[in-house]
Amino acid sequence: MSKDWPLWEVFIRAKGGLDHKHAGSVHAPDGEMALRHARDTYTRRMEGVSLWVVKSSDIVSSDPDAAGQMFEPAKDKIYRHPTFYDLPDEVKHM
Amino acid sequence: MTHDPSFEYALRLGDDALVLGQRLGEWCGHAPTIEVDLSLANLGLDLIGQAMHFLGVAGDIEGKGRDADKLAFFRDELDFTNCLLVEQPNGDFAQTMTRQWLYSTYQALFFDALKASSDARFAEVADKASKEVRYHAELSADWVVRLGDGTPESHQRMLGALDWHWRFVPELFAMDAVDEAMVSAGVGVDKAALRPAFDARVNAVLDKATLPRQDDQRPLRGGRKGHHSEHLGHLLATMQHIPRSHPDARW
Repeated sequence: MSKDWPLWEVFIRAKGGLDHKHAGSVHAPDGEMALRHARDTYTRRMEGVSLWVVKSSDIVSSDPDAAGQMFEPAKDKIYRHPTFYDLPDEVKHM
Repeated sequence: MTHDPSFEYALRLGDDALVLGQRLGEWCGHAPTIEVDLSLANLGLDLIGQAMHFLGVAGDIEGKGRDADKLAFFRDELDFTNCLLVEQPNGDFAQTMTRQWLYSTYQALFFDALKASSDARFAEVADKASKEVRYHAELSADWVVRLGDGTPESHQRMLGALDWHWRFVPELFAMDAVDEAMVSAGVGVDKAALRPAFDARVNAVLDKATLPRQDDQRPLRGGRKGHHSEHLGHLLATMQHIPRSHPDARW
């Protein structure tokens, strides 16, 4: 039965104002049931206030074999990091 | 047995929740998928939580030093006051879901009304439990629709499940002296008055599930007096075996 159900990726917002973060995945026949399964699987210990589910097959992902050209060119461009500035103390979460 | 009707009242609420919670626990490791396994266990744990509360209240009212565990594990079948519906065997998935849906639909209405109880020991937990139970009712109604309006096989199994469980529905709404006394005291719920709302909710789901509406036939009752079906004894034997064999065992 489970093998016939598509896979859904589950995202949880831990509390108001925060991002939805990827938590895992569930099998379910449709979105409504995927939400229930996500609720029962991933929010049993008060982990969240909001849930998203997305069909795994709808996610377009980068090719791991192309990681070299995708990501390595950024390696030697440290000037893209904002570490050369002095941040005022009032600025948090940077 | 004390004659304070509120003891009996709390005991009934506790026994209903305990027995249904134990039944759902039987699915653990056996459900069709891991997600459904967790989902059934969650429902069961909500119910065990309700049982702990109400049996604890019953023990306090009785005042003989019996706590929730003592009441759960050291009473015999004849002293259990749960309704017959909750002790029915799990059967197939359709039978489990139908039992859940009928009981949760009733329980949601009951707890909504119990919130107005003049006794805080009942009103407060009703407030918390009504949220849990509303979810149980929605989840199980969703399954009833999916199975009823699913394949010929699942539809057939739903017909069987309805046929099995419907005879235990009238007992849910039956009023006896304990209920009357609790209603008069402003503590309890007029269960008979909940029946029209129950029928409306249940019929809406049956229609959506392409399942026939049910008539009350050959109703069976007696659970509140300890007259149970043969299934309860087996459930209790499993549930009570460890604490009775090792009364002083601690986790």
